[in-house]
Amino acid sequence: MGTSENIIELKHITRTYEDGFSAVEDFNLEVKRGEFVTFLGPSGCGKTTTLRMIAGFDIPTSGEILLNGKPITNLPPNKRPINTVFQRYALFPHMNIFENIAFGLKQKKTPKDVIEKKVKKVLALVDLEGFENRSVSTLSGGQQQRIAIARALVNEPEILLLDEPLGALDLKMRKEMQIELKAMHDELGITFIYVTHDQEEALTMSDKIVVMSEGKMQQIGTPEDIYNEPKNAFVADFIGESNIFNGIMTGKLKARFCGGEFECVDDIEQGTHITAVVRPEDVELTPPGQGIISGVVDSVIFKGMHYEITVVSGKNEMVIQSVKSAAPGERVGMKVDPQNIHIMIAEDHTNIFSADINQDFHLEYNGHILDTSVTKIIKGSRRTEDGTLLDAHGEVIDPKKTKIMVSIQPSDIHMTDNMEEGIVQGYISNLIYKGDHYSYVIHTDLEQDFIVNDEYLWNMDDQVGLLMPVDKMKFALKR
Amino acid sequence: MRKYIKGMFLGLVLLFLYLPIFILAVYSFTDATNIGAIRGFSLHNYVTLFTTPELLGMIGGTILLALGAAFLATLLGTMGAIGAFYSKKKTTKVISTMNQVPVVNADVVTGFSLCILLVVVLGVSKDTFVPLVVGHVILCAPFVYLSVMPKIRQMDPSIYEAALDLGATPFVALIQIVIPQILPGIISGFALAVTLSLDDYFVATYTKPATFDTISTYVVNATKGAQTTIKTALWALSTVIFLIVLVLVAVMNLRANKNGSERVDA
Repeated sequence: MGTSENIIELKHITRTYEDGFSAVEDFNLEVKRGEFVTFLGPSGCGKTTTLRMIAGFDIPTSGEILLNGKPITNLPPNKRPINTVFQRYALFPHMNIFENIAFGLKQKKTPKDVIEKKVKKVLALVDLEGFENRSVSTLSGGQQQRIAIARALVNEPEILLLDEPLGALDLKMRKEMQIELKAMHDELGITFIYVTHDQEEALTMSDKIVVMSEGKMQQIGTPEDIYNEPKNAFVADFIGESNIFNGIMTGKLKARFCGGEFECVDDIEQGTHITAVVRPEDVELTPPGQGIISGVVDSVIFKGMHYEITVVSGKNEMVIQSVKSAAPGERVGMKVDPQNIHIMIAEDHTNIFSADINQDFHLEYNGHILDTSVTKIIKGSRRTEDGTLLDAHGEVIDPKKTKIMVSIQPSDIHMTDNMEEGIVQGYISNLIYKGDHYSYVIHTDLEQDFIVNDEYLWNMDDQVGLLMPVDKMKFALKR
Repeated sequence: MRKYIKGMFLGLVLLFLYLPIFILAVYSFTDATNIGAIRGFSLHNYVTLFTTPELLGMIGGTILLALGAAFLATLLGTMGAIGAFYSKKKTTKVISTMNQVPVVNADVVTGFSLCILLVVVLGVSKDTFVPLVVGHVILCAPFVYLSVMPKIRQMDPSIYEAALDLGATPFVALIQIVIPQILPGIISGFALAVTLSLDDYFVATYTKPATFDTISTYVVNATKGAQTTIKTALWALSTVIFLIVLVLVAVMNLRANKNGSERVDA
């Protein structure tokens, strides 16, 4: 795995906008020559921004992009041997098909006869022979997409970038184009970097998938790796359907979650808090009492290839895909093969934020007074008669230079519709169902993310106020 | 019954709009010296109009000024719109707002303040035509900006990036890709600029050289004066201008209809 194999390298790429929003944060990637790499993530995860930085339409705030080992970070797009297929095709409407495809070659002052030959060849490649004199507006969406691909490929780029190229096509067309794109990649040997939010598309086509969320790389690996061994709850939730549970290791290769003790193959120390992922197709229904856990069928939906059965077991909910149907209200048992349980060490979700000490020596956050005593937080501190605050060594504490770190657990925070009531306000930027509760990410107006656990379903983008009981907070002095 | 009332109302409105011009047109074909007394059919007004060097020079000068000022205004307005569009959001907003002010501002204020700045403060002579041309460019450029901007907004923003991506320099991408896309806006902006310049009276009175007249300033002066032959020749001029406008509007509407039906066919 020498560096020479890498056609493009992204080193510590960060793109921050003037308003302080980071679209991409410390992004590192190496792509080998001839690979088909896909950036996968929900909208706003930074995948398109990353692609635009590779194309040269956007310049990273910091970090470096290397092409064949040479820096191209600030090179304008017209000087890069990289071509892009745009989401909405971006064909030139006032030019015919021939002129569209020939545009790139003309910029390079290619002789006329060579241009004609190359255009013909590339039109044959995308199965649109004889379309030279057609105008763009007479083409269907699928045909326009093929022309856009031909227009990029005719320049024989070292890397072809594709920004959700199939997003505007209907399902059947999309499936066809997926296969054709993959065939083109195998035939031409050009490096493809593909952006999509469609996990199925990514799994079908890629050699390597980069899963992104909120500007950060969550996981990189082959489609099999990503599907079978998701690194965290986000990846598990985003790739395919998943049952995700919080749990704990109860012994060697034994984990307790969803109200039962399961055998598993991940060797994690006993007592560790874990997140367990079980794919719906991996859950086996058994007669009641014969499974590891049991529950009552809540709903059954016919999906063509299988039934989607939701079973309620205690406080938890399990979604199962099965070729056999079940009746709502029926009592069933469930078991899972140890191979099919994926266990991840739970990330610590403690929320930490910093609060100020105001002039009256009260703790303040977002304009709200936290009803606690500063002298209790700072060990050994006391107030003198003239009002100054002294620490244990008798030295004056300057409230302006002192910050208190406050930590609170996700389950201790509550959400409220009454925004003013909350200590801080924000919107729900993410939610994952974890068997018996939802785990929410609240992006506050102070640009901080809070994790909140709540058993009730709130909607994405809901504006909420956060209630945080002071007695559930832990405080630490930060100098 | 209601239908008749509707029709009558419409007829009345149209009558009010067209009757004055119609009266003028009728009188232009007579040898009357005053509106009110028709004496007989005559083309002498048209003969005077097309044979008096003073009148022909004035008309030619006005058209030349309109075309020149419109050309400069189109250049500036288009560049401004493209520049504003590709600027940061805040900058675009500031430029667009500032562009609105001259549009809404009274022409008399524009003309007068320009005269003060150029002639009084900077000492530019009116005889150089510079204040007049600058005045008309200022008058027209904001309208060009307004007619080009929507076309830029309608344009798929990624086609400019696509051109760069395919190896075009920003200049080539602008000339070969962006300009053809917004050409309809540029053309209608130019046409608007020509009309505005032809129409203008206030800016011209404050900035024109003493020896030069545009149609507007000439007509105002002539109607005050006592030269009857010239005055009645202006009736003919008004009629000719009205006919040209009528033909232009008819042609433009026909073309628009044709384009519209073509689009439906496609």
